[in-house]
Amino acid sequence: MSEQAMLTASGLGLQFGPVTALDDVGVELWPGEVLAIVGESGSGKTTLLNVLAGRVKPDTGRIEYRDPAGGAHDLLAMGAPALRALHRSDWGFVQQNPRDALRMRVSAGGNVGERLMAAGARHYGSIREIAADWLAQVEIDPARMDDLPATFSGGMLQRLQIARTLVTHPRLVFMDEPTGGLDVSVQARLLDLIRTLVARLGIAVVLVTHDIAVARLLAGRMVVMQRGRVVETGLTDQVLEDPQHPYTQLLVSSVLQA
Amino acid sequence: MRRLEATGLEKAFVLHLQGGVRIPVLDGVDCALEAGRCTVLAGPSGAGKSTLMRALYGSYRVDGGAIRVWHRGAWVDIAGGDPRLVLEVRRETLGYVSQFLRVVPRVSALQIVAEAADGDQERAEALLLRLNIPRRLHGLPPATFSGGEQQRVNLARGFIGGHPVLLLDEPTASLDAENRDVVIGLIAEAKARGAALAGIFHDGAVREAVADSVLTIAPIREAA
Amino acid sequence: MSAGYNFAYLDEQTKRMIRRAILKGIAIPGHQVPFGSREMPLPYGWGTGGIQVTAAVLGPDDVLKVIDQGADDTTNAVSIRRFFARTAGVRTTTRTGEATIIQTRHRIPETALREDQVIVYQVPQPEPMSRLEPSRAETKRMHALAEYGPMHVKLYEDITRFGHVATSYDFPVMVNERYLMSPSPIPAFDNPKLDRMPALQLFGAGREKRIYAIPPYTAVRSLDFEDHPFQPRRATADCALCGASESYLDEVVTDDRGTRMFVCSDTDFCEGRRGE
Repeated sequence: MSEQAMLTASGLGLQFGPVTALDDVGVELWPGEVLAIVGESGSGKTTLLNVLAGRVKPDTGRIEYRDPAGGAHDLLAMGAPALRALHRSDWGFVQQNPRDALRMRVSAGGNVGERLMAAGARHYGSIREIAADWLAQVEIDPARMDDLPATFSGGMLQRLQIARTLVTHPRLVFMDEPTGGLDVSVQARLLDLIRTLVARLGIAVVLVTHDIAVARLLAGRMVVMQRGRVVETGLTDQVLEDPQHPYTQLLVSSVLQA
Repeated sequence: MRRLEATGLEKAFVLHLQGGVRIPVLDGVDCALEAGRCTVLAGPSGAGKSTLMRALYGSYRVDGGAIRVWHRGAWVDIAGGDPRLVLEVRRETLGYVSQFLRVVPRVSALQIVAEAADGDQERAEALLLRLNIPRRLHGLPPATFSGGEQQRVNLARGFIGGHPVLLLDEPTASLDAENRDVVIGLIAEAKARGAALAGIFHDGAVREAVADSVLTIAPIREAA
Repeated sequence: MSAGYNFAYLDEQTKRMIRRAILKGIAIPGHQVPFGSREMPLPYGWGTGGIQVTAAVLGPDDVLKVIDQGADDTTNAVSIRRFFARTAGVRTTTRTGEATIIQTRHRIPETALREDQVIVYQVPQPEPMSRLEPSRAETKRMHALAEYGPMHVKLYEDITRFGHVATSYDFPVMVNERYLMSPSPIPAFDNPKLDRMPALQLFGAGREKRIYAIPPYTAVRSLDFEDHPFQPRRATADCALCGASESYLDEVVTDDRGTRMFVCSDTDFCEGRRGE
């Protein structure tokens, strides 16, 4: 394995007053792989995601990011401008509630085109073409590209957010419960979409979910968290079929079989 | 030539939810697979055949021992559990046909098989037809298929990859005589192209037809 | 000049403070500099920012012209001109060519300005993204990081909805290819005049307490798309009084039967052409 890890975090610790959100957490992510962070409420999984994405600063620890050229960056020492530039180009973040990430009063096409325009795209026609193409890829009828997202369903909004995030071909995408709150059939469609797009574009994904089935479907590796600590990590199927830690065994056995 | 060599495998399950009871299953098991040959795992129910198979594939973690696989022109030990190594070995070298098809919503039978064949839909279609999955089912997700149909999609996916090492866990369990014969044919072809196979077969006739060697797993006797 | 007032109304320390802000603005073209806007003898929204800037740069030898929507004879232009005549005793004029300082609301004179002139714009809302992003803290960050995506999104939306950019005044510009700036509510037609103007351009917003500047000969580009380039618009008519076909026109309704005529907005320019 001569390839280098894209993201390496170690010793992450974070306290919110008396509450331990993260306790000595370490995580690695390689190019093109999907890593699931699984846990129940209060496990610290969302906090970990936000810390890895640079949105929240930990009290202790170190995070190193390797850019496409192989250069190593200390994420916690990076200034706001560099971090924001990273988020605009190489990185993406899919939020649990798409309404938090989309501009609800800007057309679907405008939402998808925004990252292109922020990156310097100045040809109206091509921006529209690329936006229409992406809408089709996320199974939204391109004829709706001038419609406002306020007229879209929950599943469509989430797919729109995904189009908006992937349009600049980021290398690394953070996803926070991307299927949370959606109807089961809508979830299935979204998961299938994420699975195919991620595989086709070779995107590395850090995915937070409380749903083990989602982790099983999308992730090659997973991390199980409980009360701010990583209790188990490994191959997704191995962790789910042969859980070692008591908490993981509890989690796996608690899942209802349809 | 040897393609897989497992030595001294040890595995015990610790059930924390049942008071931490420890159930040993594998106690120093060795297993070697040779190219062009099929090793049948035999032994009574619950002896650990399936456990051994899953341990070889990396779905189960072993507590001790080594699992060496001939991969990319060198021996690699996947018992250590480096996830990325295991994923790479699974992609290129080690294939597995489980007892049950894990159903993914919305993905058609044809897509499932084609994905394992680098997207080659023609080959996927041919193999599905050979396994008697009619064309009208190819475009449907297997969720509503019968157990036998699902198993045949599973088999197609497992065999189409052309892996040098193939693990088969009860591949003919829900099949009729005709399809059993198809599977025997697929196994023979795999052997002919140099694959090393290991299989658990409850069906005596199939076992007879494909076995080149037998590895008997004896259940661990409980302490008195 | 009225007794009891410092030259040009403001005390010298205040003028220094404003000049320092102006110098900062000139050093960073298009960047908004906060300043301690003073209580002026007229309410916010009537040009307090412009007046403070003019007061800070005015000298006894200056010749001052004040226009409002292009005209020297509207109430506000007259009041402000008289204000400076009384508090500074400077010469005032309506001729663009004779002025050394021109304070303006909502127009740039048609006559090209020279290197020895200063134009002071009255600005109501200095933040070009104020309607897109309600948080001032966020717009500050956007300017600091040159993240102007949302503004282009707004233009994209206009073209999608109307076929062209729907902003006809206060059209946003990029100054020195770095800062996004509001040129004040001048018609989009006037935007090209901002580009590489030989005169110093100063902008004052009294209520919002910001000053910004464009030094002479600075590149100023109106935002557009490659395939939808910026196009200044004017009424397709000639001035009914002087016949000019290139100047910005006001539409004047002359009776209650809908009769209208178009005349130059810039009164001095129009009079000059008529030889008055």
